[in-house]
Order: sequence, then structure tokens, then C-alpha cells
Amino acid sequence: MKDLLTIADLGADGIHEIMHAADSFAEVCQRPIPKVPALRGKTVASMFFEDSTRTRTSFETAARRLSADILNFSASSSSVNKGESLRDTVETIEAMGVDAIVVRHKSSGAPQQISRWADASVINAGDGWHAHPTQSLLDVYTIREEGRNFDGLRIAIAGDISHSRVARSNIEAFTTLGAEVTLVAPPTLLPPYVETLGAKVSHDLDAILADTDVLYLLRMQNERMDQALVPSLHEYHRSFGLTPDRARKLPASALIMHPGPMNRGIEISPEVVDDPRVRVLNQVTNGVIVRMAVLYLVLGSAAADRSNP
Amino acid sequence: MSLFIHGGTVIGSNGAERSDVLVTGSSIVATGLDLPVPNTARHIDATGMVVMPGLVDLHAHLREPGNEEAETIETGARGAALGGYTAVVAMPNTAPTIDSPSIVRDVLAIAEGVPCEVVPAAAMTVGREGKLLTPMGELAAMGVRIFTDNGRGVQDPALMRSIMEYATGLEAVTGGAPVVLAQHCEVEALTAGGHMHEGEWSTRLGMGGLPAESETLMMRRDIALARRTGARIHFQHVSTAEGVDIVRAAKAEGIALSAEVTTHHFTLTDAACSSYDPVFKVNPPLRTDADLAAIRLGLADGTIDCIATDHAPHEPHTKEFPFDQAPPGMLGLETALALAITELDLPIERIVELMSTRPAEIAGLSDRHGNPVEAGQRANLAIVDPNAEWTISGTGMASRSHNTPYEGRTVRGKVQYTILEGELTVDEGKATR
Repeated sequence: MKDLLTIADLGADGIHEIMHAADSFAEVCQRPIPKVPALRGKTVASMFFEDSTRTRTSFETAARRLSADILNFSASSSSVNKGESLRDTVETIEAMGVDAIVVRHKSSGAPQQISRWADASVINAGDGWHAHPTQSLLDVYTIREEGRNFDGLRIAIAGDISHSRVARSNIEAFTTLGAEVTLVAPPTLLPPYVETLGAKVSHDLDAILADTDVLYLLRMQNERMDQALVPSLHEYHRSFGLTPDRARKLPASALIMHPGPMNRGIEISPEVVDDPRVRVLNQVTNGVIVRMAVLYLVLGSAAADRSNP
Repeated sequence: MSLFIHGGTVIGSNGAERSDVLVTGSSIVATGLDLPVPNTARHIDATGMVVMPGLVDLHAHLREPGNEEAETIETGARGAALGGYTAVVAMPNTAPTIDSPSIVRDVLAIAEGVPCEVVPAAAMTVGREGKLLTPMGELAAMGVRIFTDNGRGVQDPALMRSIMEYATGLEAVTGGAPVVLAQHCEVEALTAGGHMHEGEWSTRLGMGGLPAESETLMMRRDIALARRTGARIHFQHVSTAEGVDIVRAAKAEGIALSAEVTTHHFTLTDAACSSYDPVFKVNPPLRTDADLAAIRLGLADGTIDCIATDHAPHEPHTKEFPFDQAPPGMLGLETALALAITELDLPIERIVELMSTRPAEIAGLSDRHGNPVEAGQRANLAIVDPNAEWTISGTGMASRSHNTPYEGRTVRGKVQYTILEGELTVDEGKATR
């Protein structure tokens, strides 16, 4: 595996391979000194063209625990604001000698473009509305950690599907592993031709809760009101927010997940955040573990490719 | 100077037939077999080739004035000649906009002596801002026949109605020739935030889409306004199946209307965007297989009048930005004829109609372009080997830019000679100037 751009590139086998590697790094993270020399001498460039403190610190923590060096690049402090092309920016960073580029970009497809220009491995840390494969991998890890079997697992993803890279990648990951995915949103927050994504669709959160094993909530953004996609956050919360009443309709064994950061009072009521079924902090912990596995597999196999031409 | 073109198949008023052609000065002086040939004539062996009227493109962006790094009138004209064109209508979305007599004069002065006739279209609204009328009367009086805000459509229906009404009065200054209002049909309120066709692919790729209705709503509006005003309208780059149906129905109703499609809309679909390579970004966007099939049908059944290139050069680095930041547009002049021959299952006579005869009529150039290859006509010709195969390469083009979406594709149909006013602008496949 040279790059990790989308879940589709991995397939079920690729996901399983990463899960197995993550199991051993979970053990590493339990140690008093949670650090291994696996990537000593490797340089990981962290190129965030869009701010994201969580994903960035998660990747950087993962890289440090593998003893890799980190080269930091932020769009706000860079020549990107001076009109430099993406290709020029990437070639400049690569000329400094990097083995992997972790890229977050507000434009869909930017990691695909970068992978065509760069010799280094490219890991997609989220691109536009398109994909966020490491988020999906940590979500799979979190569900799997609970001993759940994906075959036939009923997962509902509720919220702004249209503008969500997490939704697109998670639909791919969950369905690849055999889960049944239902998207729950008002029609204005579903993309056109939504059926092409391979999930079922509902506009009625109350109707599906009793038959849901995992409820995955997405972050609702203020600008959707300005675009007249929903009337108000208040109405959104009433129709699609996880209120205490709705939480009671979910099975006791269900899991409640969210990629963060949560909008308390919008997609989830404040009192539900503390529900024992919520796995949000496990997701964050697992993010580091899974990203260690991804960095290790990408850089490990790339090194092997170079030594066996 | 005479040219004796022998051995070719000639597209005359009775269709394609074996004939020789004798050109003297800027005119065709004789066609037929066993022609008396002057000793000094240059002999051109057209065996196995088609001798056709030079092609006419209703829609090219030559970028000059204002963006000469991407293309100049000269390099664009050279590419056009290599593509078999003898006349090209230059879009007015330059900097400054072609919206006044002095800029039209500038463009014509720059175009003096380039290897293809360059015919400036002028904007309908000042600066293409969609607010005030350009001096259409003055522009029409100096010969402008096509008005367009191309790159944008006129959004305000009241303004569009006014443009149409005003245009119907301009025959007073054109000597009866109609002024053509060429619309780029795009309701911008529906395309804001869009970068490719809104469809299954945009959903999968997580990209904002341009829905088909952004084109068809404006087409329906303009047909309604044309029905009322009697203005002569032309739809640029029709890209949707519904758009083709709208044109078919409006023509059946008797609306004075013509329509073009681009080469890329009958050869490529939105699936090409899955690589996120901005070379496939264009406006209107590449659409679906069903749209492509409807466009091909429209070309075959006569609904669509012509093939245009929408030749849109962009400097290489501008296509090395993310897809949503890169400018839309692709090269077309040097590849359009070969793609039409290769991809369309149409007789060569129909291709000539689509790429020469009809566009010449629409642009008001029929006194010198787009006519049957016959004695008495002006010698604006293309000589094409319809079976010669070649491989498209962006860097091998005359254009200053390289943004062809067909890089590496092998096509059939090579322009070997182009003749402008009796002079070779392309000789054995090479530009002469």
C-alpha cells in the first residue's frame, strides 16, 4: 500500500489488515512509554490546507509514537495564500525529503492529485466532501472493539450527508464489511442521486431508532441555514437531534458515535452526551491507534517496494 | 500563384465526388477532371483525401487582449489552421471585454495577416456584467453579427428581453442581415458552488454540481422571449439531453433559433472527472452517457446546427490547482475535426455541414466561407486525409496552452492542407506561418 486515499482503495481485506495492525499498536499505547522505533528516520509531512486540530494532533501523536520525524505545514502560514499551485507546493515540501504526506484539504480530490505528483506516500486526512478514510477506520475499530459483527449490523448515519466526507467514507467502509447503512436527513441535506452511495434513506429518525445498532451523528453546520437547506437549528434539533426521548428508543445495546466536534443542543442534547452508550472518547483514543497502523503499513510497504525494485 | 489539387474527393453542391480543383489567386477557378493546368501551378496530390470548404468555428477563446500567456490571436489562428479552420469567431470575454468599436478594431488589427480569419463577436452587455447594453448598433454597423456574453449568460430576464427587442431593429444598419444573439445558458443561482455535472459522479466524488436545469431553464426562458420579440437566437454549447429536446421542439414550432454543441460534449462524460484532473473541468460540464447519446442523435437528425470547439486555453499551472479552484475550459481547435470523423457515425458531407456550412451561415460569412467547392467560390479550403491516424498531444500543439482532455488518444482524420484566400496556411500537415 503506497497511499491511503479512499476506503474503496482498501477493500475488506485492506481494512482487516489495518485492524490487525491496530490491535498490536493498541498494546503499545498501553505501555508506560507508548513509543516504538518502527519509523525511526522516516519523515512525515503534515500538510493541512484546512484547519483541523483534532485530526492533525491525532496524526502527529501517532507519528511520534512510531518515532517518525514530523514536518509541519499550514496553509495559513504558507505560499498557498500567495497563489502557488498545489503542485508547486507539494513539490517544494517533497524536495525537503519526506517519506509520507498526510494531507487535509478543503477541495475534494486534492490527495488524488498530490499522489500523482509525489513519490512519497500520500495519506488522506480528509478532502472536501469526498473522503476521510482514517476516520472510517477508527470508527470501524471502535465498533469492532465492542465485539460487534459487521455482517447485518444496522448502522444509521444522521445529519448533513451531502457535505460530509465522513458520511461518504463510512458508508463505503460499513457496507464493504457487510453492514446495512441507513442515511437519516431532510432531503436538502442528502446529495442528489443519493442511491448511488449504496445506503438506504429515511427522513424520519424516530421511525428507525428501535432498529438501530449504531447511531452515527454528524456535525451540523450553521452555514446550511444561510443556504436555506434547513429553516433553523431549532427545527433541525427537533427533527433530527438525539434528544433524551429519542435516546430511550434506541436499544440498550446500541452505540452512539460522532466524529466530533459535537454541537451540544443541535445534533445531540447535552444530557445525552453522557449516556453510557456514547463512544466519542473511545473514537478519539482509537484514532491514534489506527493512524499508527496506517502510517506503519504505508511507510513499511513503501520501504519494501523501494528495496525490491 | 495557382494551386492544382488533384486526385481528391471534393465536397461540391452535389455531395462528394472525385474531382480536381484549380485555384488561382483567392478563388476557385475550375473543378472537374482533365483541367487545363498552368505550368506554374503548385501540384497538391489529394489522392485518398477529401477537399472541403474550410471549417468555421463559432466559438473560440483566443484570450487576446489580456491573457496572452494562455493564447494569442496568432497562436490561436495557427492552431485553427492546423485544425482545418479558415474562420474562427473570437469570444469577447477578454480583458478588456470586446464591447466597443475601438476594441473590435484593435482585435481586427491584431488579426491582420494571421493564418485564419478571426471574426470578433461582441458582448451584449457592457463588460459582460449583465447590466447595460453595449453599443450594438454601432458594432453591427461595423460588421459584428454575433453578440454574446459568453462565459456567462444574461441572468436578468427583463434585460434579455430588451436586448432581443433592440436587436430586431438592427437590420436597418446591417443591410437586412440578421444579428445573432448567442446565449451561454446558465442560471447562475443554480450553479453556485458547482464544479462538475450534478449527477451520480458528483455525489460519489463529493463535488458541488451544476444541474442540467441550470441550462434548460434559461433555454426555455429565451425561447419564450424570442417567441415574443422575434429575435434571432443561438444557443451555445448545448450539453443536456433535455436541451436537445428543447431545441428540437422550438424549431418545430418555427422559432428563429440555431444551436451548437461542442466536441467534448459528444466525446466525454462526467465519469472522466473521477480522476480529479482539472483538465476535464469545463463549463457547461461534461455530462452523462444519456446526454452524450442525445447530442449525437441531435447532430445526426439535424436538430443541432453545428459543432463548435469552445476552445479555451489555460496556462498549464492553472490546471495544477485543486479541481474546484482550477479554471474551466479545454483546447479544441486542433482536434475537433478528427474527433468528429472518429467518434461520429456521420457521412463526411454532414460533418462539413456541421463544421463549415451552417456555422458560416450563422456568423454571416457565407460570402466567403462554408460554400461548396466549386468554380467562382473563394478559395477557403481544407484538405483532409480521413483515414490517417495520429495521436493527440497537448505539448505538440500550436496553442500556447496544452490543456487537451484527449492526451494520448489516437484519432483518425488529419488535416494535410488548409488554404486561406488561395494561400496555404497548412502544407503537408505543417503550419506555413
